[in-house]
Amino acid sequence: MATPTAAPSERIEEQDGDVTYIRTDKDLPPVAIIDRSPITTRHKIIFAIIALVGAVAWAIIAFFRGETVNAVWFVIAAICTYVIGFRFYARLIEMKIVRPRDDTATPAELFENATDYMPTDRRVLFGHHFAAIAGAGPLVGPVLAMQMGYLPGTIWIIIGAVFAGCVQDYLMLSISVRRRGRSLGQMARDELGVIGGAAAIIGVLVIMVILLAVLALVVVGALAESPWGVFSIAMTIPIAIFMGVYLRFLRPGRVSEVSLIGVVLLLLAVISGGWVAETSWGADWFTLSKVALSWCIIIYGFAASVLPVWLLLAPRDYLSTFMKVGTIALLAIGILLARPIMEAPAISQFATKGTGPVFAGSLFPFLFITIACGALSGFHSLISSGTTPKLLEKESQMRLIGYGGMLTESFVAIMALITAAILNQHLYFVMNAPAAQTGATAQTAADYVNGLGLSGAPITGAEITQAAESVGEKSIVSRTGGAPTLAFGMSEVLHQVFGGESLKAFWYHFAIMFEALFILTTVDAGTRVARFMLSDGLSNLGSPLRKFKDPSWRVGAWTCSLIVVACWGGILLMGVTDPLGGINTLFPLFGIANQLLAAIALTLVTVVVIKRGLLKWAWIPGVPLLWDLTVTMTASWQKIFSADPKLGYWKQHGICQAAKEAGKTCLTAKTPADVDKIIRNTFIQGTLSIVFASLVVVVFVAGVIVALRAIRGGGKPLTEDEPVPSRLFAPSELIPTHAEKEVQKQWDALPKSHAKSVGTSAN
Amino acid sequence: MGRAAEIARQIGWYFSKLSWYSATLMGDNHYRRYVEHRRHIHPGEEVVSEREYWRMRHAATESNPNPRCC
Repeated sequence: MATPTAAPSERIEEQDGDVTYIRTDKDLPPVAIIDRSPITTRHKIIFAIIALVGAVAWAIIAFFRGETVNAVWFVIAAICTYVIGFRFYARLIEMKIVRPRDDTATPAELFENATDYMPTDRRVLFGHHFAAIAGAGPLVGPVLAMQMGYLPGTIWIIIGAVFAGCVQDYLMLSISVRRRGRSLGQMARDELGVIGGAAAIIGVLVIMVILLAVLALVVVGALAESPWGVFSIAMTIPIAIFMGVYLRFLRPGRVSEVSLIGVVLLLLAVISGGWVAETSWGADWFTLSKVALSWCIIIYGFAASVLPVWLLLAPRDYLSTFMKVGTIALLAIGILLARPIMEAPAISQFATKGTGPVFAGSLFPFLFITIACGALSGFHSLISSGTTPKLLEKESQMRLIGYGGMLTESFVAIMALITAAILNQHLYFVMNAPAAQTGATAQTAADYVNGLGLSGAPITGAEITQAAESVGEKSIVSRTGGAPTLAFGMSEVLHQVFGGESLKAFWYHFAIMFEALFILTTVDAGTRVARFMLSDGLSNLGSPLRKFKDPSWRVGAWTCSLIVVACWGGILLMGVTDPLGGINTLFPLFGIANQLLAAIALTLVTVVVIKRGLLKWAWIPGVPLLWDLTVTMTASWQKIFSADPKLGYWKQHGICQAAKEAGKTCLTAKTPADVDKIIRNTFIQGTLSIVFASLVVVVFVAGVIVALRAIRGGGKPLTEDEPVPSRLFAPSELIPTHAEKEVQKQWDALPKSHAKSVGTSAN
Repeated sequence: MGRAAEIARQIGWYFSKLSWYSATLMGDNHYRRYVEHRRHIHPGEEVVSEREYWRMRHAATESNPNPRCC
């Protein structure tokens, strides 16, 4: 959509029916196509059929009761909703708010240096963006949320993505592209003023720390007491170092080749993990307690953030990208071929009672907090305003990359939800209830879950032990954190399609390795990013600290790395030794942090939309913002003020404080030392909740003030950059239209000096 | 026979597309691209070797890491 005003002198428009071609240079083919042709009857019929099929699938999921709801209906409902959302809602946002101008150069074209700024083929950039946004969050969140049944989770993952998550990612990308790829923090300072900006930057930093801690906690939960898992994950470090050395000294630039070698080695590591775990020395060396494992991850995180990137970080990233795309495709194929049937109820008793063992609290607001990344993830705004704008070819491609990328992530979340919902529900709670409840042995766990009043036949201790043995583990009781449950579900799906019963243990450990690989990649990259944010923040404080600005100052780098690692490492250790169950109390904090970051991002986006004079369309980011604020503020309020000792951090704190003074024990504490731990942990968690919520309120209030000023016609102008005419062409749709193909041919026919660089064309 | 050749050609086409995708996503052809870019804007100038180019890329990531999401 081009606005006719402010056209540069060279701008030439040609009309051909409903299609307008724009040139910025009379000697070059058009750089932009504006296609106003109305929707064809054929398309109308196709989309009507898709909508109808989607509606049928939704009806089956929502109203069909009994034990025969097939997982395929979830896939169909999701895909049909995504198609309709992408074709109509995303198009509306494009037309009314984003208004992409393909005759304007993107930051990638403007600053092209073939290193960090380079126009990249839209399909490749889609892969890049997806690999950067997708991680363990959308896999783990839906698994935990299954406590409430499959229906609420499914609705929120799909609808939340279409109306909130994708909108945030897409609009964030669009405002960053118009600002030369500036970061969330910088844009907040520019648009919301000094206070709002500072609150946003501090918010991002503390939220990052809690995120890293909780993700590390998920890995610890998956690997503790599992020699097989620990061995295969430990092997990823030498494999990554080998890849790093190979790329640096042997064959620089052969990234696909080395990644392929890495994946083969990784598979070998998973297979040999089974052998190693069976030997006595293997079981000896690699059976680590939760605390020991936490220290390993802390040391690893620190090492990864100070070692050169080529040695560890970059090769791990390559491996992780390869595995991510491959495994998710594999799981989708597995689900479609195995077509498993749901075991979970549509809505469980815990949805209303709020007494579920996996996480405390009722459906509103804690379902939305728990699902987090699969539907709306604040963290994506850091990627939409970081790397992606520097690689974007054309503004009109942002819909595919920003909106489409998040739809794909939502689809990943739906698959994770399916893998948890097809598990025996008794087994699900055996794995996910904290050890304080299950008693940590098969028999006590069976007694506990049989007392929960779940539907279906009760489970026996022997069945639990057998389930553990089928995946090559000694015990699966209280393997909390979501990752083991997902791995168990994935092994259920994949062994039916690939390899049969004998490969079940392999698939389980493959899935564990794949999740841990993701998470450790997030942890090492995240520690590094947080370290730079911290040194940047410190250098802004004043003259003696200004030295932190210099990235090559080793003392500064080490100090900041230590501070960051100490922060998340401390919370991690607190989580693994927590008498209340660690993940159960910390995961809500993770969810709240992520959703609060989304509130910061949506505030910024809404303010920019209002400042641009598009008040009429401000509801598009505004409604998700208000919804997100309601959810997170209610959750924060309950976590801070609730008088329910299962829910409120300060209530737990108060009870244990009183118990300590009376010389008694409290809640699930068994010793006076446990009482002290609960007092300390709840204090930290309670304080963090208050800090997060206050920072977001500051940003939101700053946003409201700026928006009101803009509506009254005053206030500072927007900080968008001057448009520069583009001199390249690229299609915007995933599949190029007829007009786009024609223009592409004209560009391809040009002599080499004008043609686009190799990365952008598919030859 | 003609049919088999046709299928083989199709498979080859898909394979080349896939390897192009992987090469662009992972970075195999980034150096080639860099060389073309440098030749285009600074014709006649010496272009650094592939080894040096990757050192430069990694040095840039060193101080400007890419966040990975959850």
